[in-house]
Amino acid sequence: MPNFASSNFKSVENLETALKLGLIAEEYEKIKEILGREPNFTELSIFSVMWSEHCSYKNSIIWLKKLPKKGSRILAEAGEENAGLVDIGDGLACAFKIESHNHPSAIEPYQGAATGVGGINRDIFTMGARPIASLNSLRFGNLDLDKTKWLVRGVAKGIGDYGNSFGVPTVAGEVYFDDCYNVNPLVNAMSIGIVEKGKTVSATSQGLGNPVFIVGSATGKDGIHGAAFASKDISEDSAKDLPSVQVGDPFQEKLLLEATLEAIQTGAIVGMQDMGAAGITCSTSEMSAKSGAGMKIWLDKVPMRQANMKPFEILLSESQERMLVVVEKGREAEVEKVFEKWDLHCDLIAEVTDGGMLEYYMHDELVASVPAECLVLGGGAPVYERETKVPSYFAEINKFSLADISENQDLKKAALALAAEPNIASKRWIYEQYDSMVQTNTTNTNAPADAAVIRIKGTNKALAAKVDCNPYYVFADPFKGTAIAVSEAARNVVCSGGEPVAITNCLNFGNPYNPEVYYQFSESIMGMREACLRFDTPVTGGNVSFYNQSADGGAVMPTPSIGMLGILDNIDLKTTLSFQKEGDQIYLIGSSKNDIASSQYLIKYLGVKYSPAPEFNLDEEYHMHQSIKKIISSGLTNSVHDVSDGGLFITLLESAIQNKLGFSIRTKEGIRKDAFLFGEAQSRAVISISKDKVNALENILQTCNQAFEYLGEVTQGKILIDGADFLNIEDLSSPYLNSIGDKMEHQN
Amino acid sequence: MKFGVVVFPGSNCDQDTINVLRNVYGYETLALWHKDTDLHGCDFIFIPGGFSYGDYLRCGAVARFSPIMESIIAFAKNGGYVMGICNGFQVLCEAHLLPGVLLRNDSQKFICKNIFLKPATNNTILTQNIPMDSVLKIPIAHAEGRYFADEATINALEKNNQILFRYCNEDGTVNAVANPNGAINNIAGICNEGRNVFGMMPHPERAAEIHLGNTDGRLIFDSILNNILQTS
Repeated sequence: MPNFASSNFKSVENLETALKLGLIAEEYEKIKEILGREPNFTELSIFSVMWSEHCSYKNSIIWLKKLPKKGSRILAEAGEENAGLVDIGDGLACAFKIESHNHPSAIEPYQGAATGVGGINRDIFTMGARPIASLNSLRFGNLDLDKTKWLVRGVAKGIGDYGNSFGVPTVAGEVYFDDCYNVNPLVNAMSIGIVEKGKTVSATSQGLGNPVFIVGSATGKDGIHGAAFASKDISEDSAKDLPSVQVGDPFQEKLLLEATLEAIQTGAIVGMQDMGAAGITCSTSEMSAKSGAGMKIWLDKVPMRQANMKPFEILLSESQERMLVVVEKGREAEVEKVFEKWDLHCDLIAEVTDGGMLEYYMHDELVASVPAECLVLGGGAPVYERETKVPSYFAEINKFSLADISENQDLKKAALALAAEPNIASKRWIYEQYDSMVQTNTTNTNAPADAAVIRIKGTNKALAAKVDCNPYYVFADPFKGTAIAVSEAARNVVCSGGEPVAITNCLNFGNPYNPEVYYQFSESIMGMREACLRFDTPVTGGNVSFYNQSADGGAVMPTPSIGMLGILDNIDLKTTLSFQKEGDQIYLIGSSKNDIASSQYLIKYLGVKYSPAPEFNLDEEYHMHQSIKKIISSGLTNSVHDVSDGGLFITLLESAIQNKLGFSIRTKEGIRKDAFLFGEAQSRAVISISKDKVNALENILQTCNQAFEYLGEVTQGKILIDGADFLNIEDLSSPYLNSIGDKMEHQN
Repeated sequence: MKFGVVVFPGSNCDQDTINVLRNVYGYETLALWHKDTDLHGCDFIFIPGGFSYGDYLRCGAVARFSPIMESIIAFAKNGGYVMGICNGFQVLCEAHLLPGVLLRNDSQKFICKNIFLKPATNNTILTQNIPMDSVLKIPIAHAEGRYFADEATINALEKNNQILFRYCNEDGTVNAVANPNGAINNIAGICNEGRNVFGMMPHPERAAEIHLGNTDGRLIFDSILNNILQTS
């Protein structure tokens, strides 16, 4: 029994308290076994957050381990550091990661989204990398609902206000709207940073007697039990959990960024970790567990925002913009000087000990004593495999037959409706609130492309990045749908001129104790595995968010967001998606298919909810990427744009809209007109080239043995199908550009 | 010829401005720390965009009291060249080196996008080499960019040709549709009476490199350099 002061160890905590904190009976028994005694309340609080789903990955890690994580470019594998680290050549490395902030955003969209951006950026710069780009993946409910508008408004403003002030451009993203997200929106934020190879800082504590500092903001009572809160089903009662939501301060984060990177330059820093979920508890235990050391922590020395905070509150606080920094003994002054320059707190709160115990003191009284190793993922944290069951709704999907859908549709009406469909229409009402250009590396502002292409100053290189996940496909077929999400992200990188390198993922699912949800989860992982192996894009990390469901509506659609990183070794390979001039020839790379399954046309326009995932063949997809790369490196193309949501017609519209051009195309015999125009069969892209390069292009395509179809040509603005007037680009630009804004400004 | 770029805590376009002056144009360019007072002999001072001191109060309201601003105010009153971009424009208004204020955009939202500008006078070093009929595509990125001043001040600005740029359409028409933030008379930038202090909301430093697909901002830097090099 540790030498607890009697005043702090009066309560022998019972099972009931453990259950209230979100632990289960068998976990409580395990805690007693580890400690060899009953835990006190502070210790129980520590276990409850560290063993929460959010921190421990206890219900997912078995499956996550099946994902490929090795690769020639990988410098830090999944789980090794705060974010994955990839060698991008020229002596540089790229740290990148995506993370969810779904539950806080459901309750308080502005702060929830803002702190999501703050948290993921800290994961990047705690490694010593300077964030150069942010992306996000958002899911909201029906945009006709006032509640959805409130969430959209808050999330967009939260992401914007935080990122804009912090000075990192938001360069790409994706947004879907569906009833299944009415109660539980998804807010996934991704950040990418650059660091000189070999100059990264590790999240470790080392060196007996080394001093440990807390830097950045003072600690308050915000966000206590945030990690536990994120591990529960969202319900209407969740508003009662409001104190679990953290409050962000982007100005502090900006100062923390500059000070941290400057402090690293001193060479006096041994290790560093940001404070995210579970605050001081998590950073002290993970850093100690990593090095096998222990730590003696004086909680009363933590700078606090309010008086009389209890030990468990200090330990669990998720106040933002804080870091734990282990400094080489004797060089404290060098580090303190940097933080003083930036007017930030830098307070000695702990020292590294041996033996692996975390000993937390309050005014010289021991208040908790726990072995670090037993708290963390990969150490003593519990690991579960849950039961799976084939979802019952699959029966509905299996009933789908294309023949049951009449071919006789008003195609003009469908085209106009799809252009205005919020899942397809321009998201500019949202993204114009984000500073997309600060740091002056964003090449997409004036030349939109399928992935964001970010130049790296001082090199001839650029990064390409994209987030993708069509949740309708994953719902229809979790394995195939997730393989498509990886493929689409890779395809976007390829179409913009890059080479896919690695992914990060954010796995948004329902309650893992629901066997149907766990089936979706496990299948999704296996689909991701297969696609990542094919493209040689290892998984460098990410985040799992379970419990995305509402008491009334069941689980959200399974939404494994894929954040893809790519490299352009030569920035001149960057390829826009926009048509350049009238008369250019348009080709489809890939083949038209008689397929409208899980398309926006079928789901949103025709109202058919259940159908299989669209046609998809991984080998065909991979082959098509190689062909596109050859075409781009030949320098023949004026534009390349992949076919995705809304099908070929929407792809052509998106290519035409920037330069106010049009297109004249012919349909293909044997393919239904609606499937030709709006079907979402995979592995296709549209390219445009000058007339004089047609032969050269066809030669390359034939040498590559690549299926392709000649579609037609770029016009001044008219849209013709099979020689007949269809619409004008002006008819479509207004619904496409304004439909989301119009809905947002319209109050019910 | 030496440029200085002020770094306040929360500045985030400082490096972008330095990049253009130092790497695109090749001029010696110093970062000037907000806690210092020494301008190190710089001939032209830029106050960059960003969120100085977090801008939690009124934009630029805290920055104007920083030690470096005391020196810059004295420098400007002595005829030294000072240019504020975005947050820098807000700081210069708060410091009363330029008249008027920047209010919250009429949409009440932060806006980041390309807009179009046309010069309103050729009688400044910033615009002297930009033909009056040119239309420049330059991005904006601000939540508080709606230029406002009382009627007498606006009349004086118009009369003295102190308006540098107005927001316009792609074809050069100045009208309400082309106004991204509700600024009075579509004002995007102004100078002081002495024509040595400049402020503009759009970001020319974001439109000065071929790889960014837009070099219209260079017209402004070129004009400054041509005319300063001639006079110095």
